[in-house]
Amino acid sequence: MSHEPTTNPGKIIRLALLGNPNTGKTTLFNALTGLKHRVGNYPGVTVDIKKGSFTHQGTEFEILDIPGTYSLAPRSPDELISVELVLGLNHLEPKPDVLLVIADASNLERNLYLATQAFETGISVVLALSMMDLAEKAQIRVDAKSLSMQLGIPVVPIHSNKRIGLEELKQSLLEAVREKKTAALVPFPNELEDSSRKVLGILNESGSLFLARRLLLETDGFLSRNLLPLLGDGLKQAVEVERQSFASKGINPVSIEAKVRYGWIREIISPCVTRPSVKPVTWTDKVDRLLTDRIWGMVFFFLIMFGMFQALFTLAKPLMDLIDEGKAALGGILGDMIAEGMFRSLVVDGLLEGVGGVLVFLPQIAILFCLLAILEDCGYMARAAFLMDRVMAKCGLSGKSFIPMLSSVACAVPGVLATRVIEDRRDRLATILVAPLMSCSARLPVYSLMIGAFLTEGYPNWFPGIILFCMYLLGFILAPLGALLLKRTLLKGQGSPFLMELPTYKRPSFRMVWARVLDASWSFVRRAGTLIAASMVIIWAVLYFPTSHPQGGSYPEKIAEAKTPEEKDTLEAEWKKSSYLGRVGVLIQPVVQPLGWDWRIGVATLASFPAREVVVGTLGILFEAGSGEGEEVEQKLREILPKVTRTDDPSKPLFNIPVALSLMVFFALCSQCASTLVVIKQETRSWFWPVFTFVYMTLLAYVAALLTYQIGMMF
Amino acid sequence: MPSLDQIPVGTRGVILSITGEDVIAQRLMEMGVIDGEPFHLLRTAPLGDPLDVEIHGYRLSLRKTEAARVQVQIS
Repeated sequence: MSHEPTTNPGKIIRLALLGNPNTGKTTLFNALTGLKHRVGNYPGVTVDIKKGSFTHQGTEFEILDIPGTYSLAPRSPDELISVELVLGLNHLEPKPDVLLVIADASNLERNLYLATQAFETGISVVLALSMMDLAEKAQIRVDAKSLSMQLGIPVVPIHSNKRIGLEELKQSLLEAVREKKTAALVPFPNELEDSSRKVLGILNESGSLFLARRLLLETDGFLSRNLLPLLGDGLKQAVEVERQSFASKGINPVSIEAKVRYGWIREIISPCVTRPSVKPVTWTDKVDRLLTDRIWGMVFFFLIMFGMFQALFTLAKPLMDLIDEGKAALGGILGDMIAEGMFRSLVVDGLLEGVGGVLVFLPQIAILFCLLAILEDCGYMARAAFLMDRVMAKCGLSGKSFIPMLSSVACAVPGVLATRVIEDRRDRLATILVAPLMSCSARLPVYSLMIGAFLTEGYPNWFPGIILFCMYLLGFILAPLGALLLKRTLLKGQGSPFLMELPTYKRPSFRMVWARVLDASWSFVRRAGTLIAASMVIIWAVLYFPTSHPQGGSYPEKIAEAKTPEEKDTLEAEWKKSSYLGRVGVLIQPVVQPLGWDWRIGVATLASFPAREVVVGTLGILFEAGSGEGEEVEQKLREILPKVTRTDDPSKPLFNIPVALSLMVFFALCSQCASTLVVIKQETRSWFWPVFTFVYMTLLAYVAALLTYQIGMMF
Repeated sequence: MPSLDQIPVGTRGVILSITGEDVIAQRLMEMGVIDGEPFHLLRTAPLGDPLDVEIHGYRLSLRKTEAARVQVQIS
């Protein structure tokens, strides 16, 4: 068979890909574009809309991946953008030339609902049938040819991972654009069609039967509010007049659409789909008897969560250590290459720390997303949400928030990224805002230092563990409470109901998992990386400058000339105190005094705002335990800290148990992680939410630490 | 006429009607919960909520609060 050369070689064909969730839409997008994509930037939208391209027969296709949806009836800004893009109403993208709808062959009725809406847009449609193997296992046979005849559009069975049907699909897309075939339309009752035609008559060239029906049939007025101002006043009036006439015509706008569409779909597919008279017991049914069982389901759930958590800790740890070691080694090499001075400090302590501070998150992000992608692709993610929904509903969230919250116990950065599975905008925001309250692994150094120095010796050996557990408990209690409070105040409003499909279990695809890991890691480095690195450099600068010593010369010079290590440590501590950040720390002493702290703890805490794990290092410098990395400093600090005396009363020790506890509580609750804030900015596409998170967490930490110290001092 | 949240696990039946004219009612119907449709209540989650219902050949999970709006006829 020979193909004619492309009639319009210079033209790019714009293609929008849409489909229900769990249909293999992303797999198809990846198979068509070969993992190369960029993310479209649409104001006010918090979901990623990917764009990619491919070439077929010398024609370039640009493909827009519309987020998975069951219906093109928008009720939120994220859903609205999808509809705008499909209809060509968004000024940032041209109208698509062809729509590619992907439908799960094992579940054709519900999948075709969205397709029938696409038919009414006036744009050519091609239908791809996925999950043919799952359909076969359920003894459902779909005749693509006769379905194509019935619907009046090309229908192509595909298997994206095996690359079956892709060439045929591309060819169908090309032909659909050339031939402009019109799909079969769902006939609505005449009374409604009269109204649709009237509205369609007023709509300008951007109008379509779909849009006219949508405006007439929507229940909450979301589309009208957002779209009608753009389309003109006359239209608004016409829509209102027609809607008012529905009651007299006997049309129920809420139920008519679903009834008519499903009725038509059933009729049209009955000659194309053969189902077994008795539904066979599938593998999914058998597995679910166990995985959603009252007892075994919970046992497996906790085993899976525990395994995930362990993997996150144990697999990421060596990689993170490797990055730290590499950073130290590179710092050593660069330190030898560059002459002593500001430039060396900028490169080694500023830039290298900044880049290292970005890279160190990658192992956790990659591992978490690998596990999440496996759980999601095999179908377990929906079961986890099903099992945990009751618990999460108590704090105003849904079961889908559980895994992001749990992941935040390792690190809030991947935890916040994992909230992408939550479709409901308010639920997702509430989860993002409270996730950083979970005690992450970066809080461990300060817990371990304080517990080791003050709460271990002279106590029973179970005691340190209990204290540590209490620190974690603080997050486990306050994060859900915070979510509940947010959902009742700032994020109040009717959310979407919890209606979730429990998809058929299948073997996760390696390509899919790999694509997710690559996508999450790369988007973190690209979008958050520069900001995180920049904030590290800024903190380096405010701790470095000014360098002048009160007796002339500069601190770096004096330190280089220091004869004994003790002299060097004293100079380092003085330098930090006189730095800009140190001066602020001294200035805020009255603020931290009620927590039982002095300026040194204040400065160490301030210096930990970009990344809380640096507190041990800073305390090391300020309490003259020497600068350096890791356990050496911690060991030294454990010995030094109990002996440190107060600056105002040298007869009393600075640290006692209430001080140690108030410091731990402060670190447990405070927003001391620039990376988390940057990721919140990236995910919410707004600076308001990271600022909000920072303010509420810092205030909460202060009040909690104050209470801890003041109550502690009563005993 | 019982609603979907009141019937025992394992029950098969047909959807009769859906209460309400809001977004939730419309969402339910878009997912295929429309009158005349046969369903099979497979189970509840271990903690009692949500439900797991087979409808249109797929499995839908919904909370009892939403299920309370769905009137059913037990067969």
